[in-house]
Amino acid sequence: MRSTERRRNLRALAAGLAFASPWLIGFAIFTAYPICASLYYSFTRYDTLSTPHWVGLQNYMRLLTEDELFWKSLRNTLFMVVFGLPASLVAGLALALLLNMKLRGMALYRTVFYIPSIVPTVASAVLWMWLLNPQIGLINRLLALAGVQGPGWLTDPAWAKPALILMGLWGVGGSMIIYLAGLQDVPRELYEAAEIDGAGGMAKFRHVTIPMLSPVIFFNLVMGLIGTFQYFTQVYVMTQGGPQDATLFYALHLFNRAFTDLQFGYASAMAWILFAITVLATALVFRTSARWVYYPGEMRQ
Amino acid sequence: MRAPRWKIWAGHVTLLALSAAALLPFLWMLGTSLKADAEVFSPRLQFFPARPVWENYPRALAYIPFARYALNTLLIAALSAVGVTLASSLVAYSFSRLKWPGRDAVFFLLLSTLMLPAQVTMLPVFVVFKTLGWVGTFRPLIVPAFFGSAFFIFLLRQFFMTIPQELSDAARMDGASELDIWRRVMLPLSRPALTTVALFTFMGAWNDFLGPLMYLNDDTMYTLSLGLQQFVTQHGAQWNLLMAASVVMTLPIILLWFLGQRTFVQGVTLTGVKG
Repeated sequence: MRSTERRRNLRALAAGLAFASPWLIGFAIFTAYPICASLYYSFTRYDTLSTPHWVGLQNYMRLLTEDELFWKSLRNTLFMVVFGLPASLVAGLALALLLNMKLRGMALYRTVFYIPSIVPTVASAVLWMWLLNPQIGLINRLLALAGVQGPGWLTDPAWAKPALILMGLWGVGGSMIIYLAGLQDVPRELYEAAEIDGAGGMAKFRHVTIPMLSPVIFFNLVMGLIGTFQYFTQVYVMTQGGPQDATLFYALHLFNRAFTDLQFGYASAMAWILFAITVLATALVFRTSARWVYYPGEMRQ
Repeated sequence: MRAPRWKIWAGHVTLLALSAAALLPFLWMLGTSLKADAEVFSPRLQFFPARPVWENYPRALAYIPFARYALNTLLIAALSAVGVTLASSLVAYSFSRLKWPGRDAVFFLLLSTLMLPAQVTMLPVFVVFKTLGWVGTFRPLIVPAFFGSAFFIFLLRQFFMTIPQELSDAARMDGASELDIWRRVMLPLSRPALTTVALFTFMGAWNDFLGPLMYLNDDTMYTLSLGLQQFVTQHGAQWNLLMAASVVMTLPIILLWFLGQRTFVQGVTLTGVKG
Protein backbone atom coordinates (compact mmCIF):
# COMPACT_ATOMS: atom_id res chain seq x y z
CA MET A 1 0.00 0.00 0.00
CA ARG A 2 2.68 2.48 1.03
CA SER A 3 4.70 1.92 -2.10
CA THR A 4 1.75 2.55 -4.43
CA GLU A 5 1.07 5.75 -2.56
CA ARG A 6 4.69 6.76 -2.93
CA ARG A 7 4.61 5.96 -6.59
CA ARG A 8 1.49 8.08 -6.98
CA ASN A 9 3.21 10.94 -5.17
CA LEU A 10 6.20 10.67 -7.44
CA ARG A 11 4.00 10.67 -10.50
CA ALA A 12 2.19 13.75 -9.24
CA LEU A 13 5.52 15.47 -8.68
CA ALA A 14 6.71 14.51 -12.16
CA ALA A 15 3.53 15.82 -13.79
CA GLY A 16 3.61 19.02 -11.75
CA LEU A 17 7.23 19.72 -12.59
CA ALA A 18 6.70 18.86 -16.25
CA PHE A 19 3.89 21.39 -16.60
CA ALA A 20 5.81 23.99 -14.61
CA SER A 21 9.06 23.30 -16.47
CA PRO A 22 8.91 26.26 -18.89
CA TRP A 23 8.90 28.67 -15.99
CA LEU A 24 11.34 26.61 -13.88
CA ILE A 25 13.91 26.52 -16.70
CA GLY A 26 13.28 30.17 -17.50
CA PHE A 27 13.69 31.04 -13.83
CA ALA A 28 17.06 29.29 -13.74
CA ILE A 29 18.34 31.01 -16.91
CA PHE A 30 16.77 34.46 -16.65
CA THR A 31 16.50 35.01 -12.90
CA ALA A 32 18.48 32.70 -10.60
CA TYR A 33 21.72 32.59 -12.58
CA PRO A 34 21.62 36.32 -13.44
CA ILE A 35 21.12 37.26 -9.78
CA CYS A 36 24.25 35.33 -8.79
CA ALA A 37 26.23 36.55 -11.81
CA SER A 38 25.22 40.15 -11.22
CA LEU A 39 26.30 39.96 -7.57
CA TYR A 40 29.64 38.51 -8.71
CA TYR A 41 30.08 41.17 -11.45
CA SER A 42 29.49 43.87 -8.87
CA PHE A 43 32.81 42.92 -7.25
CA THR A 44 34.69 42.92 -10.55
CA ARG A 45 35.87 45.17 -13.34
CA TYR A 46 34.14 43.81 -16.43
CA ASP A 47 33.82 45.25 -19.95
CA THR A 48 32.12 42.13 -21.46
CA LEU A 49 35.05 41.71 -23.87
CA SER A 50 37.61 40.20 -21.48
CA THR A 51 36.92 38.07 -18.39
CA PRO A 52 35.78 39.80 -15.17
CA HIS A 53 38.61 40.99 -12.95
CA TRP A 54 38.04 40.79 -9.17
CA VAL A 55 38.36 44.18 -7.47
CA GLY A 56 36.58 43.54 -4.16
CA LEU A 57 34.53 46.45 -2.85
CA GLN A 58 36.10 48.99 -5.19
CA ASN A 59 32.96 49.58 -7.30
CA TYR A 60 30.85 50.24 -4.23
CA MET A 61 33.50 52.56 -2.75
CA ARG A 62 33.76 54.51 -5.99
CA LEU A 63 29.98 54.80 -6.21
CA LEU A 64 29.54 56.09 -2.71
CA THR A 65 32.56 58.38 -2.50
CA GLU A 66 33.60 59.50 -5.99
CA ASP A 67 30.69 59.36 -8.41
CA GLU A 68 28.95 62.75 -8.23
CA LEU A 69 26.49 61.61 -10.91
CA PHE A 70 25.45 58.61 -8.81
CA TRP A 71 24.28 60.91 -6.03
CA LYS A 72 22.74 63.28 -8.52
CA SER A 73 20.77 60.45 -10.16
CA LEU A 74 19.66 59.20 -6.75
CA ARG A 75 18.47 62.68 -5.73
CA ASN A 76 16.62 63.08 -9.04
CA THR A 77 14.93 59.73 -8.58
CA LEU A 78 13.95 60.57 -5.00
CA PHE A 79 12.44 63.82 -6.28
CA MET A 80 10.14 61.73 -8.46
CA VAL A 81 9.30 59.43 -5.53
CA VAL A 82 8.50 62.34 -3.23
CA PHE A 83 6.60 64.58 -5.70
CA GLY A 84 5.71 62.60 -8.83
CA LEU A 85 4.41 59.45 -7.16
CA PRO A 86 2.01 61.13 -4.68
CA ALA A 87 0.80 63.46 -7.44
CA SER A 88 -0.18 60.57 -9.68
CA LEU A 89 -1.62 58.50 -6.79
CA VAL A 90 -3.87 61.39 -5.77
CA ALA A 91 -4.81 62.27 -9.37
CA GLY A 92 -5.67 58.65 -10.17
CA LEU A 93 -7.84 58.38 -7.06
CA ALA A 94 -9.54 61.73 -7.67
CA LEU A 95 -10.39 60.78 -11.25
CA ALA A 96 -11.72 57.41 -10.13
CA LEU A 97 -13.94 59.10 -7.52
CA LEU A 98 -15.32 61.43 -10.18
CA LEU A 99 -15.96 58.52 -12.52
CA ASN A 100 -17.71 56.61 -9.77
CA MET A 101 -20.47 59.22 -9.59
CA LYS A 102 -23.73 58.12 -11.14
CA LEU A 103 -23.75 60.38 -14.18
CA ARG A 104 -24.70 59.97 -17.81
CA GLY A 105 -21.91 59.20 -20.30
CA MET A 106 -19.57 57.61 -17.77
CA ALA A 107 -18.36 54.89 -20.16
CA LEU A 108 -17.25 57.58 -22.59
CA TYR A 109 -15.41 59.62 -19.92
CA ARG A 110 -13.72 56.47 -18.69
CA THR A 111 -12.42 55.71 -22.19
CA VAL A 112 -11.22 59.29 -22.65
CA PHE A 113 -9.16 59.19 -19.44
CA TYR A 114 -7.86 55.70 -20.04
CA ILE A 115 -6.68 56.03 -23.66
CA PRO A 116 -3.61 58.22 -22.90
CA SER A 117 -2.19 55.45 -20.72
CA ILE A 118 -2.07 52.93 -23.59
CA VAL A 119 -0.24 55.19 -26.05
CA PRO A 120 3.16 53.53 -26.65
CA THR A 121 5.75 55.11 -24.34
CA VAL A 122 8.05 56.34 -27.10
CA ALA A 123 5.15 57.87 -29.05
CA SER A 124 3.85 59.70 -25.97
CA ALA A 125 7.39 60.86 -25.13
CA VAL A 126 7.76 62.35 -28.62
CA LEU A 127 4.31 63.92 -28.39
CA TRP A 128 5.19 65.55 -25.07
CA MET A 129 8.52 66.87 -26.36
CA TRP A 130 6.41 68.72 -28.88
CA LEU A 131 3.71 69.82 -26.40
CA LEU A 132 6.41 71.12 -24.04
CA ASN A 133 8.40 72.95 -26.72
CA PRO A 134 9.24 76.31 -25.07
CA GLN A 135 8.46 78.56 -28.07
CA ILE A 136 5.83 76.81 -30.17
CA GLY A 137 4.58 73.93 -28.05
CA LEU A 138 0.87 73.78 -27.23
CA ILE A 139 1.29 74.25 -23.49
CA ASN A 140 3.26 77.49 -23.66
CA ARG A 141 1.00 78.78 -26.43
CA LEU A 142 -2.03 78.23 -24.20
CA LEU A 143 -0.23 79.84 -21.27
CA ALA A 144 0.59 82.80 -23.49
CA LEU A 145 -3.14 83.17 -24.29
CA ALA A 146 -3.68 83.52 -20.55
CA GLY A 147 -0.91 86.12 -20.45
CA VAL A 148 1.59 83.83 -18.74
CA GLN A 149 5.13 83.39 -20.02
CA GLY A 150 5.65 79.59 -19.83
CA PRO A 151 8.92 78.16 -18.56
CA GLY A 152 11.51 76.39 -20.74
CA TRP A 153 10.24 73.01 -19.46
CA LEU A 154 12.65 70.31 -20.68
CA THR A 155 15.35 72.87 -21.43
CA ASP A 156 15.29 74.38 -17.94
CA PRO A 157 16.93 72.35 -15.14
CA ALA A 158 14.39 73.66 -12.62
CA TRP A 159 11.37 72.72 -14.77
CA ALA A 160 12.45 69.47 -16.45
CA LYS A 161 11.32 67.15 -13.65
CA PRO A 162 7.99 68.94 -13.09
CA ALA A 163 7.45 68.64 -16.86
CA LEU A 164 7.90 64.87 -16.61
CA ILE A 165 5.49 64.73 -13.66
CA LEU A 166 2.93 66.64 -15.73
CA MET A 167 3.36 64.12 -18.55
CA GLY A 168 2.91 61.31 -16.02
CA LEU A 169 -0.42 62.79 -14.91
CA TRP A 170 -1.69 62.57 -18.48
CA GLY A 171 -1.06 58.80 -18.38
CA VAL A 172 -2.63 58.25 -14.96
CA GLY A 173 -5.51 56.22 -16.47
CA GLY A 174 -3.88 52.88 -15.69
CA SER A 175 -4.02 53.32 -11.92
CA MET A 176 -7.37 55.10 -12.24
CA ILE A 177 -8.94 51.92 -13.65
CA ILE A 178 -7.60 49.89 -10.73
CA TYR A 179 -9.02 52.39 -8.21
CA LEU A 180 -12.33 52.36 -10.04
CA ALA A 181 -12.59 48.57 -9.83
CA GLY A 182 -11.90 48.87 -6.09
CA LEU A 183 -14.50 51.61 -5.63
CA GLN A 184 -17.16 49.57 -7.38
CA ASP A 185 -16.55 46.77 -4.90
CA VAL A 186 -17.32 48.88 -1.84
CA PRO A 187 -20.67 47.56 -0.53
CA ARG A 188 -23.46 50.13 -0.74
CA GLU A 189 -24.72 49.06 2.69
CA LEU A 190 -21.65 50.60 4.30
CA TYR A 191 -22.55 54.03 2.93
CA GLU A 192 -26.18 53.57 3.90
CA ALA A 193 -25.21 52.55 7.42
CA ALA A 194 -22.90 55.57 7.66
CA GLU A 195 -25.74 57.84 6.50
CA ILE A 196 -28.05 56.45 9.16
CA ASP A 197 -25.36 57.32 11.66
CA GLY A 198 -25.49 60.86 10.31
CA ALA A 199 -22.26 60.86 8.33
CA GLY A 200 -21.84 63.61 5.72
CA GLY A 201 -19.97 63.36 2.43
CA MET A 202 -16.56 64.05 3.94
CA ALA A 203 -17.07 61.63 6.83
CA LYS A 204 -18.18 58.86 4.46
CA PHE A 205 -15.10 59.47 2.33
CA ARG A 206 -12.75 59.33 5.33
CA HIS A 207 -14.34 56.47 7.22
CA VAL A 208 -15.77 54.28 4.45
CA THR A 209 -14.17 54.96 1.08
CA ILE A 210 -10.55 55.36 2.15
CA PRO A 211 -10.42 52.31 4.48
CA MET A 212 -12.20 50.08 1.97
CA LEU A 213 -9.92 51.29 -0.80
CA SER A 214 -6.70 51.03 1.21
CA PRO A 215 -5.60 47.67 -0.28
CA VAL A 216 -5.85 49.18 -3.77
CA ILE A 217 -4.02 52.34 -2.69
CA PHE A 218 -1.37 50.10 -1.18
CA PHE A 219 -1.05 48.10 -4.42
CA ASN A 220 -0.73 51.26 -6.53
CA LEU A 221 1.79 52.71 -4.08
CA VAL A 222 4.06 49.64 -4.17
CA MET A 223 3.85 49.29 -7.96
CA GLY A 224 4.43 53.02 -8.41
CA LEU A 225 7.44 52.91 -6.11
CA ILE A 226 9.05 50.05 -8.03
CA GLY A 227 8.19 51.73 -11.33
CA THR A 228 9.65 55.10 -10.32
CA PHE A 229 13.02 53.56 -9.51
CA GLN A 230 13.07 52.09 -13.02
CA TYR A 231 11.97 55.22 -14.90
CA PHE A 232 13.96 55.07 -18.12
CA THR A 233 12.39 55.18 -21.59
CA GLN A 234 10.87 58.66 -21.34
CA VAL A 235 14.11 60.35 -20.34
CA TYR A 236 16.20 58.33 -22.77
CA VAL A 237 13.99 59.61 -25.59
CA MET A 238 13.23 63.13 -24.38
CA THR A 239 16.28 64.50 -22.58
CA GLN A 240 19.07 61.93 -22.43
CA GLY A 241 19.38 63.03 -18.79
CA GLY A 242 19.76 66.76 -19.48
CA PRO A 243 19.60 69.68 -19.04
CA GLN A 244 22.60 69.75 -16.69
CA ASP A 245 21.77 66.22 -15.53
CA ALA A 246 18.44 67.42 -14.11
CA THR A 247 16.69 64.31 -15.46
CA LEU A 248 19.54 61.87 -15.06
CA PHE A 249 17.59 59.19 -13.18
CA TYR A 250 19.03 56.12 -11.56
CA ALA A 251 18.10 53.62 -14.27
CA LEU A 252 19.44 55.91 -17.01
CA HIS A 253 22.75 56.43 -15.23
CA LEU A 254 23.03 52.65 -14.78
CA PHE A 255 22.31 52.05 -18.46
CA ASN A 256 24.91 54.61 -19.54
CA ARG A 257 27.55 53.12 -17.27
CA ALA A 258 26.86 49.66 -18.68
CA PHE A 259 26.34 50.28 -22.38
CA THR A 260 28.10 53.58 -23.08
CA ASP A 261 31.11 53.12 -20.79
CA LEU A 262 31.04 49.31 -20.89
CA GLN A 263 31.47 49.17 -17.11
CA PHE A 264 29.34 46.11 -16.40
CA GLY A 265 30.88 45.54 -12.98
CA TYR A 266 30.20 49.09 -11.87
CA ALA A 267 26.68 49.04 -13.31
CA SER A 268 26.00 45.74 -11.52
CA ALA A 269 27.01 47.33 -8.22
CA MET A 270 24.52 50.11 -9.03
CA ALA A 271 21.86 47.47 -9.75
CA TRP A 272 22.40 45.90 -6.34
CA ILE A 273 22.16 49.23 -4.57
CA LEU A 274 18.94 49.85 -6.50
CA PHE A 275 17.68 46.44 -5.42
CA ALA A 276 18.52 47.19 -1.78
CA ILE A 277 16.77 50.57 -1.93
CA THR A 278 13.67 49.05 -3.55
CA VAL A 279 13.50 46.26 -0.97
CA LEU A 280 13.97 48.71 1.91
CA ALA A 281 11.37 51.15 0.61
CA THR A 282 8.87 48.36 -0.08
CA ALA A 283 9.51 46.79 3.32
CA LEU A 284 8.91 50.18 4.93
CA VAL A 285 5.59 50.52 3.11
CA PHE A 286 4.65 46.96 4.09
CA ARG A 287 5.60 47.57 7.74
CA THR A 288 3.44 50.66 8.03
CA SER A 289 0.66 49.03 6.00
CA ALA A 290 -0.64 47.09 9.01
CA ARG A 291 -1.62 50.48 10.42
CA TRP A 292 -3.46 51.88 7.42
CA VAL A 293 -4.40 49.03 5.10
CA TYR A 294 -7.69 47.40 5.95
CA TYR A 295 -8.63 44.02 4.57
CA PRO A 296 -12.33 43.21 4.78
CA GLY A 297 -12.93 39.87 6.44
CA GLU A 298 -10.04 40.41 8.78
CA MET A 299 -10.91 41.63 12.27
CA ARG A 300 -8.77 44.44 13.50
CA GLN A 301 -7.36 44.20 16.99
CA MET B 1 -31.08 57.97 -3.70
CA ARG B 2 -30.15 60.65 -6.24
CA ALA B 3 -27.37 63.17 -6.10
CA PRO B 4 -28.56 66.81 -5.85
CA ARG B 5 -28.81 68.76 -9.08
CA TRP B 6 -25.86 71.05 -8.45
CA LYS B 7 -23.67 68.04 -7.80
CA ILE B 8 -24.56 66.47 -11.14
CA TRP B 9 -23.76 69.74 -12.89
CA ALA B 10 -20.50 70.23 -11.05
CA GLY B 11 -19.56 66.65 -11.92
CA HIS B 12 -20.22 67.14 -15.61
CA VAL B 13 -18.36 70.43 -15.76
CA THR B 14 -15.31 68.97 -14.04
CA LEU B 15 -15.34 65.86 -16.20
CA LEU B 16 -15.70 67.87 -19.39
CA ALA B 17 -12.81 70.15 -18.46
CA LEU B 18 -10.61 67.18 -17.62
CA SER B 19 -11.65 65.39 -20.81
CA ALA B 20 -10.54 68.43 -22.78
CA ALA B 21 -7.16 68.29 -21.04
CA ALA B 22 -6.85 64.57 -21.84
CA LEU B 23 -7.86 64.99 -25.48
CA LEU B 24 -6.04 68.22 -26.44
CA PRO B 25 -2.67 66.44 -26.80
CA PHE B 26 -4.26 64.01 -29.27
CA LEU B 27 -5.80 66.85 -31.29
CA TRP B 28 -2.46 68.66 -31.30
CA MET B 29 -0.76 65.47 -32.47
CA LEU B 30 -3.25 64.89 -35.30
CA GLY B 31 -3.34 68.55 -36.31
CA THR B 32 0.44 68.89 -36.39
CA SER B 33 0.73 65.73 -38.48
CA LEU B 34 -1.33 67.46 -41.19
CA LYS B 35 0.48 70.80 -41.24
CA ALA B 36 2.88 72.02 -43.91
CA ASP B 37 6.48 72.50 -42.73
CA ALA B 38 6.14 76.28 -42.39
CA GLU B 39 2.76 76.12 -40.64
CA VAL B 40 4.26 74.11 -37.79
CA PHE B 41 6.29 77.12 -36.75
CA SER B 42 3.59 79.71 -37.34
CA PRO B 43 3.03 81.90 -34.27
CA ARG B 44 -0.76 81.65 -34.70
CA LEU B 45 -2.40 79.06 -32.45
CA GLN B 46 -4.31 76.77 -34.76
CA PHE B 47 -5.05 73.11 -34.14
CA PHE B 48 -5.93 72.03 -37.66
CA PRO B 49 -4.55 73.55 -40.86
CA ALA B 50 -6.94 75.01 -43.41
CA ARG B 51 -5.52 72.68 -46.03
CA PRO B 52 -4.44 69.32 -44.52
CA VAL B 53 -1.16 68.01 -45.94
CA TRP B 54 -1.90 64.30 -46.17
CA GLU B 55 1.42 63.79 -47.96
CA ASN B 56 3.09 64.05 -44.52
CA TYR B 57 2.09 60.46 -43.87
CA PRO B 58 3.76 58.87 -46.91
CA ARG B 59 6.69 61.25 -46.34
CA ALA B 60 7.14 60.16 -42.74
CA LEU B 61 6.76 56.52 -43.66
CA ALA B 62 9.43 56.91 -46.33
CA TYR B 63 11.80 58.84 -44.06
CA ILE B 64 12.04 56.02 -41.60
CA PRO B 65 11.65 52.56 -43.17
CA PHE B 66 8.34 52.41 -41.41
CA ALA B 67 6.81 49.38 -43.09
CA ARG B 68 9.90 47.41 -42.29
CA TYR B 69 9.89 48.49 -38.63
CA ALA B 70 6.19 47.74 -38.37
CA LEU B 71 6.79 44.23 -39.71
CA ASN B 72 9.70 43.68 -37.32
CA THR B 73 7.58 44.86 -34.40
CA LEU B 74 4.63 42.76 -35.50
CA LEU B 75 6.78 39.65 -35.76
CA ILE B 76 8.32 40.13 -32.31
CA ALA B 77 5.03 41.08 -30.66
CA ALA B 78 3.03 38.24 -32.24
CA LEU B 79 5.59 35.55 -31.40
CA SER B 80 5.94 36.91 -27.85
CA ALA B 81 2.18 36.79 -27.42
CA VAL B 82 2.04 33.18 -28.64
CA GLY B 83 4.98 32.17 -26.45
CA VAL B 84 3.80 33.83 -23.27
CA THR B 85 0.23 32.58 -23.61
CA LEU B 86 1.24 29.01 -24.37
CA ALA B 87 3.91 28.67 -21.69
CA SER B 88 2.03 30.61 -19.02
CA SER B 89 -1.11 28.50 -19.44
CA LEU B 90 0.90 25.28 -19.07
CA VAL B 91 2.61 26.53 -15.92
CA ALA B 92 -0.63 27.96 -14.54
CA TYR B 93 -2.21 24.54 -14.97
CA SER B 94 0.49 23.05 -12.79
CA PHE B 95 -0.01 25.67 -10.08
CA SER B 96 -3.79 25.45 -10.06
CA ARG B 97 -4.81 21.89 -10.96
CA LEU B 98 -1.91 19.58 -10.12
CA LYS B 99 -1.00 18.80 -6.54
CA TRP B 100 2.67 18.19 -6.01
CA PRO B 101 5.00 18.47 -3.04
CA GLY B 102 6.62 21.91 -2.84
CA ARG B 103 4.12 23.51 -5.18
CA ASP B 104 3.11 26.34 -2.90
CA ALA B 105 6.70 27.23 -2.06
CA VAL B 106 7.57 27.38 -5.77
CA PHE B 107 4.49 29.51 -6.41
CA PHE B 108 5.61 31.92 -3.71
CA LEU B 109 9.02 32.08 -5.41
CA LEU B 110 7.27 32.93 -8.67
CA LEU B 111 5.34 35.76 -7.04
CA SER B 112 8.44 37.16 -5.40
CA THR B 113 10.19 37.50 -8.78
CA LEU B 114 7.60 40.17 -9.61
CA MET B 115 9.36 42.49 -7.16
CA LEU B 116 12.81 42.02 -8.66
CA PRO B 117 14.02 45.12 -10.55
CA ALA B 118 14.87 44.28 -14.17
CA GLN B 119 18.21 46.08 -13.73
CA VAL B 120 19.54 43.29 -11.51
CA THR B 121 19.16 40.55 -14.10
CA MET B 122 19.46 42.62 -17.28
CA LEU B 123 23.26 42.73 -17.55
CA PRO B 124 24.03 39.01 -16.99
CA VAL B 125 21.17 38.08 -19.35
CA PHE B 126 22.79 40.36 -21.94
CA VAL B 127 26.10 38.55 -21.42
CA VAL B 128 24.36 35.17 -21.86
CA PHE B 129 22.83 36.26 -25.18
CA LYS B 130 26.13 37.79 -26.25
CA THR B 131 27.91 34.50 -25.56
CA LEU B 132 25.27 32.69 -27.60
CA GLY B 133 25.91 35.14 -30.45
CA TRP B 134 22.28 36.31 -30.34
CA VAL B 135 22.91 40.03 -29.93
CA GLY B 136 21.78 41.72 -33.15
CA THR B 137 19.02 39.17 -33.73
CA PHE B 138 15.38 39.07 -32.70
CA ARG B 139 15.96 35.99 -30.58
CA PRO B 140 16.64 37.74 -27.22
CA LEU B 141 13.32 39.55 -27.67
CA ILE B 142 11.29 36.44 -28.53
CA VAL B 143 12.79 33.33 -26.96
CA PRO B 144 12.32 34.38 -23.29
CA ALA B 145 8.56 34.64 -23.94
CA PHE B 146 8.39 30.87 -24.41
CA PHE B 147 9.35 30.39 -20.76
CA GLY B 148 6.23 32.22 -19.60
CA SER B 149 5.76 35.40 -17.61
CA ALA B 150 5.32 35.38 -13.84
CA PHE B 151 2.54 37.96 -13.86
CA PHE B 152 0.45 36.17 -16.49
CA ILE B 153 1.04 32.78 -14.88
CA PHE B 154 -0.44 34.31 -11.75
CA LEU B 155 -3.38 35.77 -13.68
CA LEU B 156 -4.15 32.51 -15.46
CA ARG B 157 -3.80 30.49 -12.28
CA GLN B 158 -6.43 32.70 -10.63
CA PHE B 159 -8.66 32.09 -13.62
CA PHE B 160 -8.14 28.32 -13.72
CA MET B 161 -9.09 28.14 -10.03
CA THR B 162 -12.59 29.33 -10.94
CA ILE B 163 -13.20 26.45 -13.39
CA PRO B 164 -15.14 23.66 -11.64
CA GLN B 165 -12.92 20.74 -10.64
CA GLU B 166 -15.68 18.29 -11.65
CA LEU B 167 -15.04 19.01 -15.33
CA SER B 168 -11.45 17.81 -15.20
CA ASP B 169 -12.41 14.90 -12.90
CA ALA B 170 -14.96 13.73 -15.45
CA ALA B 171 -12.40 13.92 -18.24
CA ARG B 172 -9.91 12.02 -16.08
CA MET B 173 -12.49 9.25 -15.53
CA ASP B 174 -12.76 8.98 -19.30
CA GLY B 175 -9.02 8.31 -19.37
CA ALA B 176 -7.85 11.75 -20.46
CA SER B 177 -4.23 12.63 -19.65
CA GLU B 178 -3.36 15.89 -17.90
CA LEU B 179 -2.20 17.28 -21.23
CA ASP B 180 -5.59 16.40 -22.75
CA ILE B 181 -7.39 18.11 -19.88
CA TRP B 182 -5.25 21.22 -20.27
CA ARG B 183 -5.90 21.32 -24.00
CA ARG B 184 -9.53 20.17 -24.22
CA VAL B 185 -11.03 21.40 -20.97
CA MET B 186 -9.04 24.30 -19.56
CA LEU B 187 -8.01 26.17 -22.70
CA PRO B 188 -11.45 26.29 -24.37
CA LEU B 189 -13.04 27.46 -21.11
CA SER B 190 -10.42 30.15 -20.54
CA ARG B 191 -10.69 32.02 -23.81
CA PRO B 192 -11.30 35.48 -22.28
CA ALA B 193 -8.36 35.12 -19.91
CA LEU B 194 -6.07 33.76 -22.64
CA THR B 195 -7.05 36.58 -25.00
CA THR B 196 -6.32 39.09 -22.27
CA VAL B 197 -2.86 37.60 -21.75
CA ALA B 198 -2.12 37.50 -25.48
CA LEU B 199 -3.29 41.07 -26.08
CA PHE B 200 -1.46 42.52 -23.07
CA THR B 201 1.72 40.72 -24.08
CA PHE B 202 1.34 41.93 -27.65
CA MET B 203 0.86 45.52 -26.51
CA GLY B 204 3.78 45.25 -24.10
CA ALA B 205 6.11 43.97 -26.82
CA TRP B 206 4.86 46.61 -29.29
CA ASN B 207 5.66 49.21 -26.65
CA ASP B 208 9.00 47.80 -25.46
CA PHE B 209 11.97 50.11 -25.86
CA LEU B 210 14.75 48.91 -23.57
CA GLY B 211 14.87 45.41 -25.08
CA PRO B 212 15.26 46.52 -28.72
CA LEU B 213 17.69 49.24 -27.59
CA MET B 214 19.93 46.65 -25.95
CA TYR B 215 19.75 43.92 -28.56
CA LEU B 216 19.16 45.43 -32.01
CA ASN B 217 22.06 47.28 -33.63
CA ASP B 218 21.33 46.93 -37.35
CA ASP B 219 18.94 49.70 -38.38
CA THR B 220 17.03 47.44 -40.76
CA MET B 221 15.99 45.37 -37.76
CA TYR B 222 14.68 48.19 -35.54
CA THR B 223 11.21 48.08 -34.04
CA LEU B 224 8.82 51.04 -34.21
CA SER B 225 9.78 52.29 -30.73
CA LEU B 226 13.47 52.23 -31.50
CA GLY B 227 12.97 53.59 -35.03
CA LEU B 228 10.90 56.53 -33.79
CA GLN B 229 13.49 57.37 -31.13
CA GLN B 230 16.30 57.29 -33.72
CA PHE B 231 14.21 59.48 -35.99
CA VAL B 232 13.95 62.06 -33.20
CA THR B 233 17.69 62.11 -32.64
CA GLN B 234 18.38 62.51 -36.36
CA HIS B 235 15.64 64.89 -37.52
CA GLY B 236 14.71 66.65 -34.29
CA ALA B 237 12.57 69.53 -35.49
CA GLN B 238 10.34 67.93 -38.15
CA TRP B 239 7.38 67.86 -35.85
CA ASN B 240 4.77 67.27 -38.55
CA LEU B 241 6.53 64.09 -39.72
CA LEU B 242 7.25 62.99 -36.15
CA MET B 243 3.59 63.39 -35.23
CA ALA B 244 2.50 61.50 -38.35
CA ALA B 245 4.82 58.64 -37.38
CA SER B 246 3.52 58.72 -33.79
CA VAL B 247 -0.07 58.57 -35.00
CA VAL B 248 0.67 55.55 -37.16
CA MET B 249 2.42 53.82 -34.29
CA THR B 250 -0.34 54.56 -31.78
CA LEU B 251 -3.39 53.80 -33.91
CA PRO B 252 -3.06 49.97 -34.02
CA ILE B 253 -2.74 49.86 -30.23
CA ILE B 254 -5.85 51.96 -29.68
CA LEU B 255 -7.78 49.87 -32.23
CA LEU B 256 -6.61 46.68 -30.58
CA TRP B 257 -7.68 48.00 -27.22
CA PHE B 258 -11.16 48.85 -28.48
CA LEU B 259 -11.48 45.41 -30.06
CA GLY B 260 -10.26 43.67 -26.94
CA GLN B 261 -12.01 45.90 -24.41
CA ARG B 262 -14.90 43.54 -23.76
CA THR B 263 -12.61 40.58 -23.40
CA PHE B 264 -10.34 42.54 -21.05
CA VAL B 265 -13.23 43.46 -18.81
CA GLN B 266 -14.46 39.86 -18.80
CA GLY B 267 -10.97 38.46 -18.24
CA VAL B 268 -10.20 40.83 -15.41
CA THR B 269 -13.54 40.48 -13.61
CA LEU B 270 -13.57 36.71 -13.91
CA THR B 271 -10.08 36.30 -12.52
CA GLY B 272 -10.78 38.79 -9.77
CA VAL B 273 -7.35 40.33 -10.42
CA LYS B 274 -7.41 43.99 -9.72
CA GLY B 275 -4.58 44.38 -7.30
